[in-house]
Order: sequence, then C-alpha cells, then structure tokens
Amino acid sequence: MKRNLGPAYVAPQALWITVFFAAPLLIIVAYSFLQKGLYGGVEPVFSIQAWVDMANPTLLKVTLKTLWVSLAATIVIILLALPCGYSIARSKNQALRLFLVIVPFWTNFLVRIYAWISILGNEGFVNQALRFLGFRAEGFQFLYNQGAVVFVLVYMYLPYAILPLFSTIDKFDFTLLEAARDLGATRMQSYTKVMIPNIKGGVITAVLFTFIPIFGAYAVPLLIGGKDSYMLGNVIADQLTKTRNWPLASAISMSMTLLTAIAVFLFAFKKPKEQQTVKDIDPLSQPNGKTIEFLHRSPEQGKKKPSGKGAA
Amino acid sequence: MAAKIHGFKPYRVAALFHARRVVRKGAKAASRLMPKKAKSSNLIFWLVILFLFAPLFVLLLYSFNQSRSGEWTGFSFVWYQKLFLESPDLWRAFQNSVIIAFTSALMATALGTLAAVGTARYSFKLKSYVSTMSFIPMILPEIVVGVSLLVFFAGVGLKLGMLTVWIAHTTFNIPFVYLLVSARLEESDPSVVEAAMDLGATELQILFRVVIPMALPGIASAFLTAVTLSLEDFVITFFVSGPGATTLPLYIYSMIRFGVSPVVNALSAVMIAGTVLLVYPLRNFLKVFAAR
Repeated sequence: MKRNLGPAYVAPQALWITVFFAAPLLIIVAYSFLQKGLYGGVEPVFSIQAWVDMANPTLLKVTLKTLWVSLAATIVIILLALPCGYSIARSKNQALRLFLVIVPFWTNFLVRIYAWISILGNEGFVNQALRFLGFRAEGFQFLYNQGAVVFVLVYMYLPYAILPLFSTIDKFDFTLLEAARDLGATRMQSYTKVMIPNIKGGVITAVLFTFIPIFGAYAVPLLIGGKDSYMLGNVIADQLTKTRNWPLASAISMSMTLLTAIAVFLFAFKKPKEQQTVKDIDPLSQPNGKTIEFLHRSPEQGKKKPSGKGAA
Repeated sequence: MAAKIHGFKPYRVAALFHARRVVRKGAKAASRLMPKKAKSSNLIFWLVILFLFAPLFVLLLYSFNQSRSGEWTGFSFVWYQKLFLESPDLWRAFQNSVIIAFTSALMATALGTLAAVGTARYSFKLKSYVSTMSFIPMILPEIVVGVSLLVFFAGVGLKLGMLTVWIAHTTFNIPFVYLLVSARLEESDPSVVEAAMDLGATELQILFRVVIPMALPGIASAFLTAVTLSLEDFVITFFVSGPGATTLPLYIYSMIRFGVSPVVNALSAVMIAGTVLLVYPLRNFLKVFAAR
C-alpha cells in the first residue's frame, strides 16, 4: 500500500501561504475593528470607527469613481481584446503575433507608465510636435485628469485580456461559425450567438484579470492622474503612510478583498463547465445536436489546427 | 546504383511533383471558395499593436536625444554613457532586483513544485484549502497583498529590508508556479508513475527521476515567470521595502517622481531590448504563457 504523502508534499507551501498570506489578511480584518493609534499602528480597543469612516462622503465618492474608472477601462479593454484574440487565433503566424503582444506586456510596468508621461506630458512628444506645427506655445495638458488615467489603464492591462481570450478562442471550432452562416445567421449574429457563448470562460477570465487589478490600481493614478483622479488604492496608501490611520486602511483593503472574493466566486464557480469548448467533448458521445458538424471526423482531427505553426 | 535499389525512377519523381502541383492548385481554388478571413479584426489587431508599441518607440527615440528636455536637439549617446558609467545607485538597485528575483523564484519554484506534485498525485483533507489559498494571492489586487504584508511585518517586528522583500516576492510568486506546474502535471501520463511504482521505485526515486523530469518544461517556465514577475513588481515592493532594499522598479519610480533625468530613457531602451531578447527565443512556447 502506498502511504498518503500528499500532506507532506504540500506542507511547506501551505505553511508559507498560511503565515505570509492568510495570517496578514486576518490581521487586517482584526485591525479594521480596532482603534487607531496616535502614531500609526493600533490601540487594542474594539472600535467600528474605521467602518463608519468608510461611509463618509469623500470616501464614497472615491469608491464610486474607482468603480466607474475600472468599469470603463474594462469595457474598452474587452471590446479591443476580443477582435485581437480572434485575429491571433485565426492567424497563420500565431507565434509572431503573440510575440508582438507579449513584448510590451513584459516590458517593465513603470517604464510603460513613464513612456506615456514622456509622450503626453506638458513637455512631452505630442506637445513638442504640436508646437513644431505652430500650435499654441504653452501646449496642452493631456495628463493629470480622469480620461488620461482610463487611457493609460487600458494601455497597461490590454494584454492581460488579449492572452486569455486568445487561448480560449484558439480552442473554439471556427467551422461552427460557418455552420451558423449556412443556417442563415448574419456575420455579427454568428459571433454574438455562437462564438461568444462558447468562449464565455475566456471572457470571464479576461474580465477578472483586468477589472480586479484596475480596481486596486495604485501607480497609474498616482503618476498619471491629478489630485482629483485618486483611486481607492491611493487612499489606502495615504491612510497607511501619511494620515497613519491603519484601521481605515485595513477596512478599505478588507472591502477590496471581499469584492474580489465575491467577483471570483460569482464567476469562477461556473467556469470549469463553461470553459469546456465543443472541441473538448468527444463528439460521438454527445447526444445533443450541437456536435452534428463533427460526426464526420474524429476528435483528434478537430483538435489539430491546420495552421498551428506556433502551437506548443 | 543506390537509386536502383530503392526503386528510384526519375519519371516517378516527375509524376510526384506533378501530383503535388495539382493538389496545391486545388487547395488554392478551394481556399478562394472559403469565406474570407475577418479583415476588420486583423485591422484592429494591427492598430492595437501600433498602440502597444508606439510609446516604446518614442522612448527609444528620446534615449538618443542630446537635450535634457523633450525637444529634439541632436543625436547623442550621452544618456547611455551616464547610465552605464555614472549611475552607481541604479546598478545597486539592479543588483538588488536580480538577487531578489532569483532567490524568490527559486524558493517559490521549490515550494510550488512540491505542492503541485502533492495535489496532483494524492487527495487529502487540506487539498482544497491549499489550492484555493494558492490561487487567491494571484487575483487579489496587489495593493491589498502589499498592505497586509506591511501590517504583518510591523506586527511581528520584522525590520523592512531585503528579507521582507524576498518574503513578499516568494509569496506572490507561489501561485503562478503552483498553477503552471500543476497544469503540466495534469498533461503528463499517470501510468508512467504507476509503472515506476510497480518496478519498485521509492518515493524519492519517483519524485526525482520520473515526476520532476516529466514536469521540467512546466517547472522551467514557472521559474522564468517567477523571475520576470519579481523583476517587474512595483506596488508590493513599494510597501514592504526598507532602506538598503531599493529594487530597480523602486529606483525608476523615484527617478520619475522626483526629477526625471533622461537616463530613464536610456534605461528603458535597454530594458525593452532586454525584454525582446528574452521573449524572442521563447516565441514558440508563448502559447504556454498565454494559456496561464
């Protein structure tokens, strides 16, 4: 009989995650219910002051603004990433196109933010070009407003959506689109009614991987935005390092964690089933009519792409 | 002589080539009948690529600019000279970054690989705790991870420095390693392990001579991913770093925030070139990364 060595294998990581991830989160929960210390830190006295402070109008306004910015950026990102993922999946040269997406993606985060500062800044590339063309000498202020923050956030997180969308669309069987067209669907209908439902899992992953980090954005609003485009992440940092209200910082972090958890549980619970594309299912063993197109070929054939040059 | 033995006849070759031509012609004709490939999605793709690369090219251009301001005054290598010869603090930060990246990636790879092997091969009580808890740090906003670690270190009385940065980086690297190695293990054939057990291999032999070699591509890509994530990280490091533990992203941040020197342009150009050199050899494996 083999012994169950699972716990032994898992123990080091479980211990690490418990001490350095679960415990800190629990401390944050505890801190949000304590009184704030005079010079940072907390007094061991129970208090719900932090949660009351959460409801103050300024903070509520920042929360709403953060939600709005995250939603706007996520929608733009998904609308751009869907055709991109589709185009990569259908391309003959997937490896090259992925390479083109990944290079900016792997370029340092701050370098990319800095690049936009040097393009759109008051003394930046665009203003220099406009001045050269004879526009007004003092230039335009493109940065330090809400729109610039959304714009740069879209830039930063676009690849996060393109990659999962590509990998799901790549598994999608494009003959289904032709079948839909044969059955009288318009081109748009074949995408919205056949492809999107089949790649739902990828869309959800893409939304999670963009919305959540954007919701917790810190560096972009700090460097690109003005004082009025502060997001929740900046408030947390300020409460922690400047105002030294640790309970409030903890309470905001806690609500952010809760929101993330809710989003993940709402979406991810359905995920495994939805992520299964038609190709993953053995067509011959499926009783429903969805797979009739496959009856004339084996699942192995279906899995192999004729142009899968960059396939790993 | 040899040709005869293998039945090589010139007319056969000619016939073969002719047949190939016929087939190719047919395929071309068929492809004309097929519905056109979506052009609008291709157009959007190339526009997005332009959008993604434009800022990088502007940085590259500026890195050769002689003047300190945004105005183009002439071609020069002066900022590269400054970067390589007159920026000791920057190189110290770079050194810190590399040390942290490799050590934390090593630790995360060790822990994550063991855990992935454990969860792939056995089922036990705490399995769902481990897999869930190993997933959440990946999805949680970085700022929450950073803040909670800072509060934790303050509570435990650990002084902020290289050690705390290393701990933080290992923590956020673990989920990626765990996920990538698990995915690889799921693909590998379980009967190989069973065969090894039937042949009397001990647990350690199975681990080091069967399971790990089989998962090696996954482990390698996990390690690489961990290194890049660590080199990249700004937000979490910002919170848990202390004096003497400035990493490269933190240094770049202070350069941007407090007086931009065009040395940043030169540094950016070098880093972009580095990314290209790193990604290009991996281009055939990129699908694995995309799928993570």
